[in-house]
Amino acid sequence: MNIIVLSLIVLGVLGCLASVVLFLVARKFNVEEDPRIDLVEEALPSANCGGCGFAGCRNFAEACVNADSLDNLNCPVGGTSTMTKVGEILGLTANATDPMVAVVRCNGSHKNCQRTNTYDGAKSCAIANSLYIGETDCSFGCLGFGDCVTACLFDAIHINPETGLPEVDEDKCTACGTCVKACPKGIIELRKKGPKNRRIFVSCMNKDKDGIARKACSVACIGCGKCVKECQFDAITIENNLAYIDFTKCRLCRKCVDVCPTGSIHELNFPPRKKQEAVPETEEIKTIKIEDLSESND
Amino acid sequence: MKTFKIGGVHPQENKLSAGSKIQKVALPTQAIIPLDQHLGAPATPIVAVGDTVKVGQLIATATGFISANIHASVSGKVTKIDTFVDAWGKRSPAITIDVEGDEWADDIITSKEINRICKLSKEEIITKIKKAGIVGLGGACFPTHIKLTPPPGKTAEVLIINAVECEPYLTCDHQLMMEHGEEIFIGISILMKALGVQKTIVGIENNKKDAIDYFQKLANRHFGIEVVSLKTCYPQGGEKQLIDALIGRQVPSGALPIEVGAVVQNVATTFAVYEAIQKNKPLIERVMTVTGKNVKNPGNFAIRFGTPLTAVVEMAGGIPENTGKIIGGGPMMGRAHMTIDVPASKRTSGLLFMTKEESVRKEPQNCIRCAKCISACPMGLEPYLLMSLSERGMYEELEKNGIMDCIECGCCLFSCPSYRPLLDYVRQGKATVGNIIRARNAKK
Repeated sequence: MNIIVLSLIVLGVLGCLASVVLFLVARKFNVEEDPRIDLVEEALPSANCGGCGFAGCRNFAEACVNADSLDNLNCPVGGTSTMTKVGEILGLTANATDPMVAVVRCNGSHKNCQRTNTYDGAKSCAIANSLYIGETDCSFGCLGFGDCVTACLFDAIHINPETGLPEVDEDKCTACGTCVKACPKGIIELRKKGPKNRRIFVSCMNKDKDGIARKACSVACIGCGKCVKECQFDAITIENNLAYIDFTKCRLCRKCVDVCPTGSIHELNFPPRKKQEAVPETEEIKTIKIEDLSESND
Repeated sequence: MKTFKIGGVHPQENKLSAGSKIQKVALPTQAIIPLDQHLGAPATPIVAVGDTVKVGQLIATATGFISANIHASVSGKVTKIDTFVDAWGKRSPAITIDVEGDEWADDIITSKEINRICKLSKEEIITKIKKAGIVGLGGACFPTHIKLTPPPGKTAEVLIINAVECEPYLTCDHQLMMEHGEEIFIGISILMKALGVQKTIVGIENNKKDAIDYFQKLANRHFGIEVVSLKTCYPQGGEKQLIDALIGRQVPSGALPIEVGAVVQNVATTFAVYEAIQKNKPLIERVMTVTGKNVKNPGNFAIRFGTPLTAVVEMAGGIPENTGKIIGGGPMMGRAHMTIDVPASKRTSGLLFMTKEESVRKEPQNCIRCAKCISACPMGLEPYLLMSLSERGMYEELEKNGIMDCIECGCCLFSCPSYRPLLDYVRQGKATVGNIIRARNAKK
């Protein structure tokens, strides 16, 4: 009985002493932190993807609190709604940003782009790229070993075994840009998601001349310039035999899609057109979703 | 018997083409001479389309410090200065010459007579070697004149001649030694004069008994040249391994052989030096091996740079059936080709045709921590660790674990019982860390 009472008293006294010490230490070494950091962090999506350019959501929250304006700060995952919330907490105005999405600019599927050799080294795009151009004759196209898949933190990009090309899940993609950095060929680009997810882009990165590009891949951009002439909004430029559509200028009129002789310009999530006979080559592309991108245009 | 101390493996030697006489490859109708035939920046062309060139005429000059001159290896008309697709599908600059006859530049001595007397001074020799565009023919293609000019404060004590040829299958150096031994010894004395050294050691592996005997006989007639027979072990031809095996000195991490007073030159380079100094003939051709278990006539061929490899393969009996992979170089360090419709260059030491069965890489299994890669690594690294770090992109850790010391010999991959792609990842990691270090140094 005595022992129990004694141990209770000793432990009680020790507990009290410890609490006093802890209290004093906590007071002494207290770090004054802006309470808004916690609030901002709560408003952020906690994806910790690094898409904003900071080490994580907390780091980004600190940067937001310390910043004078939110001009250069943007959470690609949360988008405008999150940034507006952050702005409300901090009493700053957030710029409205267009939601973005990762776009794979290569259509060199097994069908469109002949495989000329087999690679049996380590299954990594970075390694294959340092050794040679890849399994096809196109030195700009997708290698298909899935460095982007490994890099994605949101399970939003996958290789389609039928085409050998990566496909982006629009709902899951947060436009953090990790896959863009992971791709050694620089094929993936972040583009404006567009109204109703509608987008038009050149699905090719081949900078070779006409003949060489065509020989390597049946759906390569040959830099013919027809789309440039057709575009009324000055959105298309050609550099090194390759067309590029500026998504900030593009008005989604789809005229370039019609004139492209190789079908390398893709339109996504558009409703089917009325006059189907008029443009038979691009017929299939009109209705496709991103999943069957590469099967278009045989 | 001497060999290097740490690591190493002994793959099947398969020297199928040993003893086969060096055959000359016929001149092509069109030669594509790559401008990137050496370590460092590609050379700058100095001829224009339409110019007529003679064999041995300078057509491109070295760009920057680490670079080398390039000479016309055929005579004829320059038709294109453009790019060509190399064996790995990449485009690189080249000069195309349509061959007309075989007219040599006037100052080149074409007779086979051996010229023993060299009256040039040290500086004159080095300048002449630089002009002749000579690079190390062992594989790395490092410009020879840079190796012969030690940085201030460093002196060379000993010249080491690399006659090891440790790669399985390759026999071009061996055959060159048997056919041009005397010229090689004159080349060695020229190099000794250029470096101002009194001692030379020639290292030959003991799987080339005839070459050891022949060279020992020749060495008796030359002062200061010693021939040492080495135990056959891969990668003895690596500079650092060879220095360790022959003089027992270890080159510190990140340093060049000159740090321990040694300069290493390949035996084929030595022959090129002889030709450049005594015959005024720049580096326009080399000996290469075409081999493989199914090749009809495996052999050694003297090929002018720019000649398509298809020509030499034709001489060896064409592409054998059941070919799974065509390797440029030896099986250990060589790289698989996409095509053989590419020109020969200073880098081309061999073509190896592997059968489908030989060339299949087995499915990688998990690492069983057996440490075979560690005991095989001649640089004392831990390849399994380097691979995991590289896979995870931990580049700072990679640097701390000495990835820049890796010589990419492939012993780890060869010894792994789980067939893990160790070298693939280590090489990738090394390249990335190298870029990071260069960027850091550039900032300073």
